[in-house]
Amino acid sequence: MTRYSAFAIAREAFRDHLGWRRAWASPEPRAAYDVVVIGAGGHGLATAYYLARNHGITDVAVLEKGWLGGGNTGRNTTIIRSNYLQDPSAAIYEKARSLYETLSQELNYNIMFSPRGVMMLAQTEHEVRGYRRTAAANALQGVETEWIGPERVKALCPIINIHGPRYPVLGALWQPRGGTARHDAVAWGYARACSRMGIHIIQNCAVTAIRSRDGVVTGVETTRGAIACRKLAIVVAGHSGVLAGMAGFRLPIESTALQALVSEPVKPCMDVVVMANTVHGYMSQSDKGEMVIGGGADGRNDYSQRGSFHHVEETVRALIETFPILSRLKMLRWWGGIVDMTGDRSPILSKTPLGNCFVNCGWGTGGFKAIPGSGWAMAELVARGEPGPLAAPFSMTRFREGRFIDESVAAGVAH
Amino acid sequence: MLLLTCPYCGIAAEETELAPGGAAHLTRAGPEASDAAFDAYLFLRDNPKGPHLERWRHAMGCGKWFLAARDTVTHEVYGTYPAQTREPPAEVVARIRARHPGWSWRSAG
Ligand SMILES: Cc1cc2nc3c(=O)[nH]c(=O)nc-3n(C[C@H](O)[C@H](O)[C@H](O)COP(=O)(O)OP(=O)(O)OC[C@H]3O[C@@H](n4cnc5c(N)ncnc54)[C@H](O)[C@@H]3O)c2cc1C
Ligand SMILES: [Zn+2]
Repeated sequence: MTRYSAFAIAREAFRDHLGWRRAWASPEPRAAYDVVVIGAGGHGLATAYYLARNHGITDVAVLEKGWLGGGNTGRNTTIIRSNYLQDPSAAIYEKARSLYETLSQELNYNIMFSPRGVMMLAQTEHEVRGYRRTAAANALQGVETEWIGPERVKALCPIINIHGPRYPVLGALWQPRGGTARHDAVAWGYARACSRMGIHIIQNCAVTAIRSRDGVVTGVETTRGAIACRKLAIVVAGHSGVLAGMAGFRLPIESTALQALVSEPVKPCMDVVVMANTVHGYMSQSDKGEMVIGGGADGRNDYSQRGSFHHVEETVRALIETFPILSRLKMLRWWGGIVDMTGDRSPILSKTPLGNCFVNCGWGTGGFKAIPGSGWAMAELVARGEPGPLAAPFSMTRFREGRFIDESVAAGVAH
Repeated sequence: MLLLTCPYCGIAAEETELAPGGAAHLTRAGPEASDAAFDAYLFLRDNPKGPHLERWRHAMGCGKWFLAARDTVTHEVYGTYPAQTREPPAEVVARIRARHPGWSWRSAG
């Protein structure tokens, strides 16, 4: 496989760019694998990648019902941050964020990580107290964040109206090394690296049943035939409940729609990410110049991949007060994804009631930022059969045991 | 916009008038129940892709809770009925089965 480099571009320029090869192979599925990963989103691909890289396990297939990265990984607003409140969250999200810093070099694929800084606005007294507390927690966790006042907010992001009549900006939680990355490139980069190490990525291959014997998984039925495996990792986000049903257990998860939209491209006007959780809106500007806007999740169960109109209307209405410049922009595209919500708004990386079957889900509205750390922790869980320190707190039994990792209050909306 | 008819006041309420309340017909675990029963009541959900029996409150109307059978893929509404109902009415089940032959209602949780 060709290494991507400035030299490779120059070489190809001299031969009409005819030398570029496909970034990953499309093999026929084999009858059996050591490990089968269901779902070729960022988390499934990263799981496969770290299985090979950290544990030397390459007899792995990643099965995807559609196209790789076509789920939430290709639908999110790409915010990366690690300023969570609870210690287990800070550990796994900061692991992910720090892996993102060098991921382009490691994968030899430009994922366009842009640590431009993320600010979470405080627009109520309650949020001021909440974010000051988070800043203190982050200091203890070794996550670099800072509480900043309204003038600093205005200096960092001049298009903000800090004197809004309904929701004045009272300050913000600022993470200077948070930012964004190109979501598709994260999936593509991991897929290419997996393929290079001999892992099979099999697209257009939906899992339709899970086979087991004596309480231990033996394989899956798919639209491309039966595939046996010794270990199974279910990494399907919004469809986790469906796959858990096939495996014979239930999860503390409900699926709802979360939506986003982008404006027509405009000249650069905002070089940080801003999240306004009270009004359920967040925004950044893409490299193409579009304003990328996300809103709140719907409250009802949903698999339709389309959000409700009134939610997006609320988001835009509220953002216009904080960013008056938006009021004259046309919106170009609008889409939804199906997010897997847990009660404490934290993910699940866990063994399951079915032997040798593991789940990674519950990232809900905020798992893009976690992809490298989640894949790292999940690979460890699958390879050893027991969770390492990053995954252990996120077991699915934590609900029954009352060990919630509550990010729903302090983090407002998560993304 | 999703419209659900409130079985109490008969109004075809728009979604913005309503507050969603999650899965319906849960078995409420009491103080004597096992940890597993509490887990099932409080946290574990069927989360089906297809017909879903769910709770709604007519928040901006009469304020009462009612139940609805709605398809989570198509948003088709198979019917609404009062919250004081232990299982979905026969006509609602029939309407669901017309679309999903063999559909059965799981009362596990
Ligand atoms: C609108 C929106 C905005 C968001 N914004 C942010 C943000 O700013 N920052 C952030 O950190 N996170 C954000 N998120 C959340 C983030 O996108 C997700 O948490 C993350 O992408 C989940 O990745 P995944 O790999 O687990 O799931 P996915 O990318 O959804 O991958 C799961 C895959 O499983 C496949 N699958 C399902 N069923 C089967 C089957 N039976 N057989 C085979 N394959 C199957 C699906 O086709 C899919 O490709 C946002 C999400 C949405 C929808
Ligand atoms: Zn009513």
